[in-house]
Amino acid sequence: MITARDVTFRYGGTGFRLRVPEFVLQNQERVAIVGPSGSGKTTLLNLIAGILTPETGLIDVAGTNVATLSDAQRRRFRASTIGFVFQDFALLDYLSARQNILYPYRITPALTLTAEARERAEALAVSCGIGDKLDRHPSALSQGEQQRVAICRALVTQPKLILSDEATGNLDPESKARILDLLFEQASQAGAAVLAVTHDHELLPRFERVLDFAQFREEADA
Amino acid sequence: MNALYLAVAYMRYHWGRSLVLTLVAALILFVPIATQILLSTSERALVSRGDATPLLLGSRGSQLDLTMAALYFSDERPDPVPMREVEAIWDSGLAMPIPVHAAFSSSGFRIVGTTLDYFDFRELTLSDGRGLSVLGDAVIGADVAETLGKGVGDTLVSSPENLFDLDGVYPLEMPIVGVLAPTNSPDDQAVFVDIKTAWVIQGIGHGHEDVVTAAEVAAGSAAVSNAAVVQYQRITDENIESFHFHGSQDDFPTSAVVVVPNDTRSATILKGRYLDSENPTQLIEPARVIQGLVDRIFRIKALLDVVTTIIAVAAIAAIGLAVFLSYRLRAREMATAVKLGARRGMVMQLLSAETITLLLLSAVIAGICVTIVSRNAESWVGWLLALGS
Repeated sequence: MITARDVTFRYGGTGFRLRVPEFVLQNQERVAIVGPSGSGKTTLLNLIAGILTPETGLIDVAGTNVATLSDAQRRRFRASTIGFVFQDFALLDYLSARQNILYPYRITPALTLTAEARERAEALAVSCGIGDKLDRHPSALSQGEQQRVAICRALVTQPKLILSDEATGNLDPESKARILDLLFEQASQAGAAVLAVTHDHELLPRFERVLDFAQFREEADA
Repeated sequence: MNALYLAVAYMRYHWGRSLVLTLVAALILFVPIATQILLSTSERALVSRGDATPLLLGSRGSQLDLTMAALYFSDERPDPVPMREVEAIWDSGLAMPIPVHAAFSSSGFRIVGTTLDYFDFRELTLSDGRGLSVLGDAVIGADVAETLGKGVGDTLVSSPENLFDLDGVYPLEMPIVGVLAPTNSPDDQAVFVDIKTAWVIQGIGHGHEDVVTAAEVAAGSAAVSNAAVVQYQRITDENIESFHFHGSQDDFPTSAVVVVPNDTRSATILKGRYLDSENPTQLIEPARVIQGLVDRIFRIKALLDVVTTIIAVAAIAAIGLAVFLSYRLRAREMATAVKLGARRGMVMQLLSAETITLLLLSAVIAGICVTIVSRNAESWVGWLLALGS
């Protein structure tokens, strides 16, 4: 699913440098990225998603070298291939849960809002246990329910890759495992790979592989 | 469409903020336009009344007071001129004089004593009833009829003007014989009577056994003279013959005389005759007086425009700040949209869709209000101008 090789990146003016000699994520694989704060975990997710572009190297996602795409192509690619789950859920307070799930269809021409998409959103919500709360706004949902909405939003476009950035960071310990399991279950049904940044080491056994990001930082520092 | 959908959803969810911004923006759009419409309508109404009145004869003094009293039936009371001045104009053969006696009122509306020529001159038409024919008859303007809810067959009583004069005249009860069609002019706000009726109200003319007490109105009994109770005069078929005037009509007063010259030459000759500053009467051109007043008002309007502009700029700045703060609050939403693959310009499209929707709503509200003002400007201006009378 992902092949990153000889990727270098730095933020201008901050002295931050990231170097990834090689990273591979197989189809439908579940990999956790751990590492100290500021080591570049989120930066790697942003590079894979095409939000940032590397100075050098190859980032191949589902057969597309993201680094060589234009800005518009990267946006379209991101919208159609990648699903995002954020630590703060990033739901819109003014939209109902249903419209939050369908939000990606409202912001890009790469996706068309069809009856199938609406049915898929409904089915995802039901399978995530929030089928009866679709007309509620985020303020009327618990944190766990909000994250379920965010997971539905990430999956509704049928992406091949889910990027999860501290998706369970704001949840209580009980909800963390449940939400992660739900994410894995839904990703598995959709046939999507999951690459998750996390600080919750107790959740690591649930992943197939763990990538310690400290090694990339050390190599960059070297 | 998606940007519009999201904009509408955002505005609906934050309806309080959206409502305030929309109303403020609508006000900013509406107020200057409405002011302009009302002012230009006022100017037209004022100037047209002045233009429609070629010359005005009155006692020497404030030309503005004379104009306001004779054309707008205002509270100004210029010194009266004797009727001999009317006769002098007739005798000159240069113009038609129309006396305007506007010293009394009834139920808050000015009683205008005049001659039938006034109705022809102002091209007033009746919407109901007939014109003045008998002493005591009253023909009321459209606004008077609407405000008082009175029509043909009802009566009006003149307001007593000399309450502390026990020997003074009693108010006169006047039957309404006609209602004028609306003209959006001061005529709508007037109670027209024959000038002789005005003199009866003034006490110059009177009848015998014509005083009616309030009790008699209810009982329908015979008249008694009793100044201790509310009383008024009533002109009836039985007592009309007894009405008479003391003294020479040449000495009877009128507030002003509308002078309608035969032609420009006649007007010039007539104006020349009243140039002498020792002459107790003056002949003025109301259009020039009104234009002077309008020019003064519009000099004040220029100041008003500056104030309005400053307030509008401040209000626009406040709206701009509110929108800017809203954008700042939505920065996280915009970052999310970018991460989810929002196309370039989508973020700006989202924000501008909200701003444009808000401005469009404001424009629609302002447009509706401006249309209402525009359609009613003439009647509202007529009412506003009449407020001063």
